[in-house]
This record gives sequence, C-alpha cells and structure tokens, in this order.
Amino acid sequence: MSKSMLIISRQAPWAGPSTREALDIALAGGAFDLPLGLLFLDDGVFQLVAGQQAAALQQKDLTANLQALPLFGVEELFVSSRSLTERGLIDAQLILPAVELDDHALAQLLDRFDQVVTI
Amino acid sequence: MKFAIALFAPSHAPSSRRALRFAQATVDGGHEIVRLFFYQDGVHSASSNVVSPQDELDLAGEWRNFVQQHNLDAVVCIAAALRRGVLNAEEAQRYGRPAANLDAPWELSGLGQLHEAAQMADRLVCFGGQ
Repeated sequence: MSKSMLIISRQAPWAGPSTREALDIALAGGAFDLPLGLLFLDDGVFQLVAGQQAAALQQKDLTANLQALPLFGVEELFVSSRSLTERGLIDAQLILPAVELDDHALAQLLDRFDQVVTI
Repeated sequence: MKFAIALFAPSHAPSSRRALRFAQATVDGGHEIVRLFFYQDGVHSASSNVVSPQDELDLAGEWRNFVQQHNLDAVVCIAAALRRGVLNAEEAQRYGRPAANLDAPWELSGLGQLHEAAQMADRLVCFGGQ
C-alpha cells in the first residue's frame, strides 16, 4: 500500500513561491494517485480567503489552482481553526471546502499520515 | 533503515549543514539513503558556483563530495532550480542563458522523484522547511 503524505503549507500567498511550491508537491502526488492531505496552517490560511487581488503585486492568483485540487485527486484538505481565528478569518468565506481542525485534531491528523512535509 | 532526505535551504543556511551532518550520520550508522531531493532554496545547496571564503565551511562543495563519495541518487527539482537560476548545461542552452552552475553528480528532475523517494523510504526527513 502506498505511504500517505501530509503537506503543510504555512506561508501567505504574497510571501514568495512557497505556496506555489507546496501546491506543486500536492499536484505531483495527485498525478500518481498517492494518498495525500494538504493542511493550511499559520499564514498559510490566507491562501483560502476569497477575493485575492494578486495582480496588484504582479503575482499569479492561485485560487483556481487550489480549487482544482480535488480534480487532481487531492481531496483531503484541512485548515487550522486556531490559525483562522488568530487572523480574524474564522467567519471568512473560504475558497475550498477544507475541514477546520482544532489543535487536538491537528495532532491526530499528523499521527495519521506516514510522511509530513512542511513548506 | 531507508531514508529519503529533502532539503529546502541554501548552502549558507544552518539547516543545509544540519541536513548534511544528518546524511553523514545516516551513512555512518549503516543506513541507506534512497535519495536526496533538493527543493525550494535548497537548489542553491547544489550550485557549483558557490565560493566560500577560505576559512569558512564550503558546504556546497561538501555536499558534492558526499554525494560522489557514496554514489548517491541526488536530485534537484527542475522547476525550483530554473526559477532560481540553477541550470545545468542542457537547460542553460535550452533557455539561452550564458552559464551553467549545476553539474554531476546532481540530476535535474521533477517532483515525482520526491514522491517516489517518500514511497521507497521508511522515513522522509526534511530540513529547512518554513
């Protein structure tokens, strides 16, 4: 059986290529039909906020790419409720149906996956 | 035990040194490294053009020697490398760039190599993630 991998994306979308590069790990794994999870943690939760205006920073908006994740076989999407709360986003409209997890559930999530990559 | 080691930091970062020491300890302890995978700023740790002052650690050079000495499978992510100007001769020619700064024993390849390594290994150990 394939080993599972949890990718933890911790950077804001305006903080350089990290968000793109975390997403690329997920997409590459999805192409091989591997059991993957993607967790948005800390500033990474900013990626989930609707209405990004990346063009104002001459950047690409990754919203459409993130929304395509389930199509590429990445269906286990998670977000830290603490990270959302700390950033005033707990009631914000999110672009993905990510499961909100408290700290206790996060610990269980990390236990459940064979490999963890934090970017 | 089989290890896959991923590095996300350049050769001047402490985590690149820690990754190399961990890799050396892995081999010294009789374990196997199935692959080194350099991603994000880790691609700079494979650059041939890093010049350290003579009285300082030449980590990029140490990485190269380590990989050669143990004949390791050492992969640099091609997308991350192109973005950061780390090119082998073939890519430099393809994109019309004046110089190459990546050479054997490093191989440019895609993220599928990271997943394959994670599948082959008992442990994937990452260094320099943020």
